[in-house]
This record gives sequence, C-alpha cells and structure tokens, in this order.
Amino acid sequence: MREYSRALFRAFAALACAAGLGLSGCSQQPWNDPYPAAESGKAILYSAFVERPKHLDPAQSYSENEATFNAQIYEPPVQYHYFKRPFELIPLTATEVPRPVYLDAQGGLLPDDAPDDLVAESVYTIRIRDDRSYQPHPALALDASGAYLYHQLPAAQRDAVKSIYDLPQTGSRPLRAEDYVYQIKRLAHPRLHSPIYGLMAEYIVGLGDYAKTLRAAEQKLDGKGFLDLRQYALPGAEVIDELSYRVRVKGKYPQFAYWLAMPFFAPIPWEADAFYSQPGFAERNISLDWYPIGTGPYYLSANDPNRRMVLSRNPNFPGEAYPSEGDAGDAARGLLMDAGKTMPFIDTVVFSRERESIPYWNKFLQGWYDSSGISSDNFDQAVKSAAGGESEISEDMAAKGIRLETSLSASINYIGFNMLDPVVGGDSERARKLRQALSIAIDFEENIAIFSNGRGIPAMGPIAPGIWGYRDGEAGLNPVVYDWVDGKARRKSIEDARRLLAEAGYPNGRDAATGQPLVLNFDATTRGADDKAEMDWMRKQFARLNIQLVVRGTDYNRFQEKIRKGNAQIFEWGWNADYPDPENFLFLLYGPQSRVKHGGENSVNYANAEFDRRFEAMKNMPNGPERQALIDEMVGILRVDAPWIWGLHPKRFSLVHGWLGNIKPNQMARNGLKYQRLDVPRREAARAEWNAPVVWPLALVGLLAAVVLAPAWLAWRRKEAARGVAGRGPAGRDTGAVA
Amino acid sequence: MIAYIVRRLLYAIPILIGVNLITFALFFVVNTPDDMARMALGMKRVTPEAIERWKAERGYDKPLVWNAAEGGSRKVTETIFVEKSAAMFAFDFGQADDGRDIASEIRTRAGPSLAIAVPVFVVGLVTMISVALLMVFFRATYVDTSGVVLCVALMSISALFYIIGGQYLVAKVWRLVPISGYAGGLDALRFLLLPVVIGVVSGIGAGARWYRTLFLEEINREYVRTARAKGLSELRVLFRHVLRNGLIPILTASVAAIPLLFMGSLLTESFFGIPGLGSYTIDAINHQDFAVVRSMVFLGSVLYIVGLVLTDISYTWADPRVRLE
Repeated sequence: MREYSRALFRAFAALACAAGLGLSGCSQQPWNDPYPAAESGKAILYSAFVERPKHLDPAQSYSENEATFNAQIYEPPVQYHYFKRPFELIPLTATEVPRPVYLDAQGGLLPDDAPDDLVAESVYTIRIRDDRSYQPHPALALDASGAYLYHQLPAAQRDAVKSIYDLPQTGSRPLRAEDYVYQIKRLAHPRLHSPIYGLMAEYIVGLGDYAKTLRAAEQKLDGKGFLDLRQYALPGAEVIDELSYRVRVKGKYPQFAYWLAMPFFAPIPWEADAFYSQPGFAERNISLDWYPIGTGPYYLSANDPNRRMVLSRNPNFPGEAYPSEGDAGDAARGLLMDAGKTMPFIDTVVFSRERESIPYWNKFLQGWYDSSGISSDNFDQAVKSAAGGESEISEDMAAKGIRLETSLSASINYIGFNMLDPVVGGDSERARKLRQALSIAIDFEENIAIFSNGRGIPAMGPIAPGIWGYRDGEAGLNPVVYDWVDGKARRKSIEDARRLLAEAGYPNGRDAATGQPLVLNFDATTRGADDKAEMDWMRKQFARLNIQLVVRGTDYNRFQEKIRKGNAQIFEWGWNADYPDPENFLFLLYGPQSRVKHGGENSVNYANAEFDRRFEAMKNMPNGPERQALIDEMVGILRVDAPWIWGLHPKRFSLVHGWLGNIKPNQMARNGLKYQRLDVPRREAARAEWNAPVVWPLALVGLLAAVVLAPAWLAWRRKEAARGVAGRGPAGRDTGAVA
Repeated sequence: MIAYIVRRLLYAIPILIGVNLITFALFFVVNTPDDMARMALGMKRVTPEAIERWKAERGYDKPLVWNAAEGGSRKVTETIFVEKSAAMFAFDFGQADDGRDIASEIRTRAGPSLAIAVPVFVVGLVTMISVALLMVFFRATYVDTSGVVLCVALMSISALFYIIGGQYLVAKVWRLVPISGYAGGLDALRFLLLPVVIGVVSGIGAGARWYRTLFLEEINREYVRTARAKGLSELRVLFRHVLRNGLIPILTASVAAIPLLFMGSLLTESFFGIPGLGSYTIDAINHQDFAVVRSMVFLGSVLYIVGLVLTDISYTWADPRVRLE
C-alpha cells in the first residue's frame, strides 16, 4: 500500500510538472509568470493602471491617469526639474525657459517690473532644439516621390485598416516650431473640446475669434474631413522661423510658463490631423486620441486599454542627460549616481490593467510589478509607525528589499461653507465665529489617523506644501484653530470652540433667540460603505458642539448641481494644483471666480474685497518677499473668515522594489519614467526565488479524488455484478431493482 | 416551426422598443445631458459653452421624447429617444460618448469573455450532471448524503470568496498559475485555468443538487423500471434514459443562457484581469455613457430573446412530442 501511494504521488507530481511546464511554455519561467516568456530577462518596467485613459490627444487630456502615458510621449517646451523642490521649470525642447517680454498698448517695450495696468501683452519667444524628431508613424511615411503615403488612402485600402499597426510603412521628420503653433491652434478646434480652451481664450491673443473662424470652416466641411488649421492664422501664436515661435498673451500672466510644461502645449504635426481625418478612421478608433504621435523618449507601441498598454523606446529620441544636481540629500540617497548619463534607461514599459487591488497587491509582492500604491487593506502589512510618528516600511517588506517612497501632494481636501447660505455663510461676525468654532471642532488629526492611515498633514491654509508661498512650522500656523505649544501645533480645545459658538449666538448648540437646536446640513456624494463611517465620524464632530448634522447623501450629478446653484450648506471638496504657483490655490477663493455668480472655481462663493484686491496684486508678481508678504496677509484674512475648514494635504505612499532606482516622487512632473533604472538580474533572481511553484497540492487533489472515487467505483462494480434480486443490492440495501 | 420562429421574432420588436424606453427613462431620470457633458469634458474649467457644443455635436441638445418646436412626425423623430434608438434596430450601435466605436469594442471584448464563459458553461454543465447522476446512482448511500451536504456547503459560499480564496491559495501561496492577466492564443490557457476551475466549482453545489432532484423524479418512473427489467445496466439506464427524459428542464435552464455567455462576468473578469465585456456596461453607467448603456441593454435583450427561441427549438429535439406551431 505504501509503495502504491508513493508511486501514485510520483505520478501526480510528474503530471503536475508536465502540465506546469506546458503552461509556462516549456521553459524555466515560473508557472505564475503573467508575462510572455519572450519578455523574461529584458529591461521592461511593469506597472498597472486601474482606469483606462479617456483621452490621449494632448489637446483634450487633463487627467493624471492620462498624463502617465502622454507625459512620456509628448514633449512640451519646458518641464519640471525632477529633483528640486520647490518645483522649478527647466527647458525640455526649448533652448531655455521662456521669459516674457512686456509690451504696452502701442507695442512699446516695457521693463520687467512694469505695472500690470500698463502691460497690454506678454510675448513669449520660444526657440526649440534642433535634435528632436518624431517617433516612427504612418502619418509621416513618404513614398518615393516624397508624397505622403497614407494621407489619402483609397476607400478599399482605408476600410481594411483596423489599427495604425496595419500600415507597414512609417516615417519621421524633425520637430519644427510650426508643430507647437499648430497644437496651440488645436486648442480652439471645434471637434476637440479642449478643457483649457475657455481659460486660454482669455489669455492667448485672438484665440476666441480663431475658434469662431474654425467653427465657420467646420460647418463648411459638415464636421468631416481634414480641417487644416494652417490655412487660418492665429495672431497669438506665430512661427518665426523653423525653430522659433512666438506666443502673445494678453496682459501679464506669469503662470503661462507653467502651462507650457503641460501636454496641451506639446507639438503636433499637421500630418497627424490630415492622416487621422480620413473617412471611417474615427469610427474605428484610429485617431490621435488612441494613437499619439510625439517626440518624447517613448511611443505607444500597443494600445489595448482593456488589457495592457505598452510604451517602447522611441528610436528617434536623441537622449537626454540625467540631472547632475538635486535637493540636499538626493546625492546621499544615490539619486545622482547617473548624473550626465543618457536617458532613458528602460527600453519598454508595460502597463497592465488591474481593476482590483487584491491581485495588483499580490502580484507586486511576487515581483511581477515593480512598484505599487498601498490600499487601506494592506497598509498595516506594508507600513509601521516609527518613533516620532513617522511611517516606515515594515520588516517583512524591508526583508524583500522593498522601500517606501512618500511625498506630499500638491493638493488639498477641505470642507467648504457655502458663503451664500444664511446660517453658515456671509460676512457677519456671528457666521464667522460659527465657522471658526466648527473649524476647531472638526479634528482633522483624528480624521487623517482613522481614514487615511496617517497619510496626510492637517492644512493650515489653502496653499499646499511644496508650492512657493507655503509656510511651515510656527510661521505657517493657523492661529484661529491651533496654538503653538512645545514646538508644534496643537489644536485649540473644544471649550474654545464652544465659547466661539456661544459668541455666535448658539450657546450649547441652541439658537439663543429661539431656543431651537442648531441643525446643519452636510452635502456629500454617497460612494460606499467607507463613506458611512466617515459621515458617522463627522456627525460626532458636530455633536461635540451639540450641533445636529444632517448628512444629505446624493449622487455626484445632483451634488454638482447643488454646488453650481448654491444650494449646498456644508460640503467636502478638493483641488489638485495645475501648476506650482500660489495663485493656483488662492484663486479658488477669489470673488470673480464665484461658482454661482460667474461659474468659476470658487465653490464656496467667498467674496472679500480686501482679499480680492491683494489677490489681483499678488497673482502677477514675481516670487519674492513682497509677494510672500501679500500671500501671508491673504492667508491671514482667510483664516479669520474661515470659508473653508482647511482639511488636509494628502500624502502619497508608494512601495518600490529594490531593483527599481532613481525614484523621487514628483507631483508636478509626470514624465518620470525616463529617469528610472532597473536592475534586471536582481529582479530575475528575486522572482525566481519568490515564485517557485508548490506542486504537492496537485498530488493531494489527485489523491483525494482517488480516495473519494475509488470506493464509489468499487461499489459500482459490486452493484453491476450483483444479481437483480430485490433486497440484495450493494451493502444489503434495497436498490429498487426489480427481479 | 418557421412560422413560429418568425412570429416569435416579430413579438420581439415591441419588447425591444419597451426595453429601450425603460432604459432611456431610467438613465435620464438619473443623468441629464448636461451631466453627461460634464462627465465627458472633465471636472475642471468646463465652460457652459463647451457643454452646449458637446451636446449639440452628439444630438443631446434635443428634447428627450417630444419636440414641441417641430411639426408633424418630426415632433417624435427629432428627439433624443428616436435618434439614438432607431439605428440600434439595424445593429448600428454608433460611437460611445467618448468617441470610440461601440461595435468594435464589443467585438474585441467578446472573445475573452467567451474564453471563460464557454468552458465554465460546458465543463460546469457536464460536471454538474455527472455529479448529480453519481448521487442518484448511489442514492440513499453515504455517497449521496455526503454529496448533498457538500453541495449545500458549496452553494452557501459566495462567488467572491471562491475567487479571492482561489487566487490566494492557488496563485499566491502555491504559485501554480498567474494571479491575473490575459494573453492571446494558447498562452491564454495559463490565465484561464484558475477562473474556469473556480467558475465550475462555485456552480457545482446549486446545479448538481437541482439536477439530482430532477433525476430522482425520473428514476421512479415506469419506463426506468421497464429498462431495468430489460436487463440494462444502471449506467445505461441513467445516461441513456433518465438523462434523456430529464433534458427538458435542463434545456430550459441552459439553452437560454448560451447566447448571453458572451456578455461576460463582472466579478470574474475584474479580479482576473480578463479584458471581457463583463464590466463594459458598469463602466458605462459610471461614466454616464448612454450610448454604451443603451447598446448593451439592447444587445442583452436581443440575446435573451434569441435564447428563449433556441430553448423552444431545443424542446423539439429533446422531446419529439413537442411541436412548435
């Protein structure tokens, strides 16, 4: 029997091995390797995405998950320094970061410090490098005569094209200044609905009229075919020569330089529009929104947004030197060891779609992904609290060579008071003290600990850390909500909040005039079970002041509508910075940006003439002591008026395997892939060690099946052999058989 | 039979119009065209003009079901409902609200969905019937009793547990197959093995128990007694006679499901990273993409009707006494 069991075990083990080898392509590849055997041992970075990118056309793309791809493909004229903080603009394809020249209404040159009201135009002259060429692309393929091969395909050939990869020929050409101008014109393209068109039409000279011209031209084309933007001049964006172009901006708008770092201002060759405008292409997803064309270090070599998207090294990219300087400590962390070397270091980046966090996390732990975020479910497994409240990697993770990278987001999550509301809004002392009392009572330190696993810092004002104008430590303390005690901020006591509430006319949470309890409404989008816990917590915070909080849960559409119409009372909101300038936070409270009155981004409809006056003076100032003083005054006004409960600045945690180097999280620059480096042999060794298959369960399953089936088989044999006499079937039981 | 099929297909037209109308009403009760435009254009810096242009380009600037500004039949035809629904009856699904072609998306995603659904369906059906017949063969013995207990235990566990538990044990702890992912061709086997096994195992409990009940009803019929009296072996009795006569309820449950197989499974596809159709409708609802929602609901309705007709036809094959008139 023992011999028999051993033989059986060996047979199952052999079968399992054979099956495993068969499934893994008869190689030494681990059985659970989710990638093709051909990719083994190559310098391929593996990452994941949850949501498929909606737009890859740089005129339309505005989301972070889209920037993950576009920022590697497209090259705007400037970029952010990968290491330096506060964020600093440096040239990318431009020869230098463009500086505006100011002109008066007559076109006369003004000095750099000219008063805002004298400046009629800011002129940015941008000269680009001469070493850039586009990725290989069929839109640029030429025939022997120099004509474009695929711009006017015959109907039969056109209908056979299912993706651009069906077209065998590709071409390239050098980057030209006209491509940047062409893309600026595309912001007004009637078919594209660029999200920044409205904003840019206020600044770029003639862009609004240009859009009208294009709409008229589009009507003639009946919305189909190639709308050749080269036929229509835009006064605000002009080509000077092959490598230089000029952008004219109305008045002073120093933040325009930051916009130049976004893919909205990346170059697009007119050939791309001509190629993609062919009949039937858009219906088959053959468009710039699906197949980008850029000059960057990578191009999109596979686009199956339901499964995987692949970036491959652009063979026409000339390379870029790795930065040789960074912040203090960057060199000690080994981040400058590649200084001066030519980037990119990685050949291919494979993004797989992972909708669920559990498989994503487990595949990261097995080494199939090179980096990962941390969900709440896995937080305790990955991170532990060190002395001083800092977070550090857990021992288990550290033993696998995984390290923790943290960075503060250039964003803020806040609770807004609708300033048009008769109870919590308005400029009265009563309402102001009510808002201040609530600002103290809602304990965001506790909120961060419970709902964010400590991933965030309480906000002291609207400006996020890392943005110029943000103040840290005692200088940045919000004295309305905090005291500075023993070298750190301490939230004022609930007694202080109660006192303010009583001064506001609501002693012990009751209206002093009517004796009625104070009932406030919190508008929130209902998203899931986690929200219920947070809303319960929020009710408790208000209850500390004896205020009854009614949570009005609604779907996102109705929530947005309430904010637009000013029907919300208290609500949660957030903002991610577009660019690292304090103006991009403070404008959220600028009166003319009021959501209800002007459809702007000031969701709480705050209006304070003193704040607005300072904002207008500050927004166009160069960074310096004078600007900082104004910002301090503005933040001081806001703290007293308390239109927001300042909430928190989220902290991003990510885990990185030891074989992936040169990582410094950068919340502004999305083009970080070119800096990253892989230690492939180390990864291969770790994967092999961590993924050896365990085969005994297969044998056990077989054995169990045999144990279960063998008696049944034997019983069946007995039953078949038995004579058909009632009462004498197997085990002496009545089988129901008839004699 | 042809007349019957034609009649059934003609009945389908008012059903499909009704389904369309209900989908339309439900969708636009929750989402207005303005909401759809905002969702499509993004949350930052969206101007009212951009919203109006987006709606006009996609025909969402018209009244929903009644255009009072028009005359004659155009009061009905110049509406969002008619414009968006009419083409679907020619299976022209058009483009999603983000501009991507719906038919091409369905074609691309249907393959991976079928790659899981067909083996789960076929292997599952065969396994369930075999287990049920095994329990019937050993009825009233320990095999039957423990089989029923096991079935009840299996059907008491949620599908999500099977998926997470299966991934944890087989893919993470034992490292026998990839946790998730997908590939084309034969390489797909590595990725499909675990979801198919989980799909089959999670369905055995309820299926086998139900089929056992069906077969137990048959086993005491007179024709079974006659078969045994003729000296047929018990296996032959079960597989040739009992199974054949128990087919009608099996077909009722199974054939109608066949056309719907390609609609995929949301949970399985999400957890195993299978790029199928399972999540297409849910994603579209989340993104307020009415074009996709209406297309998928329409397609689901058509397939369900086809499934019911196929079920009726299959009855004539299983039982020659059935006539479709």
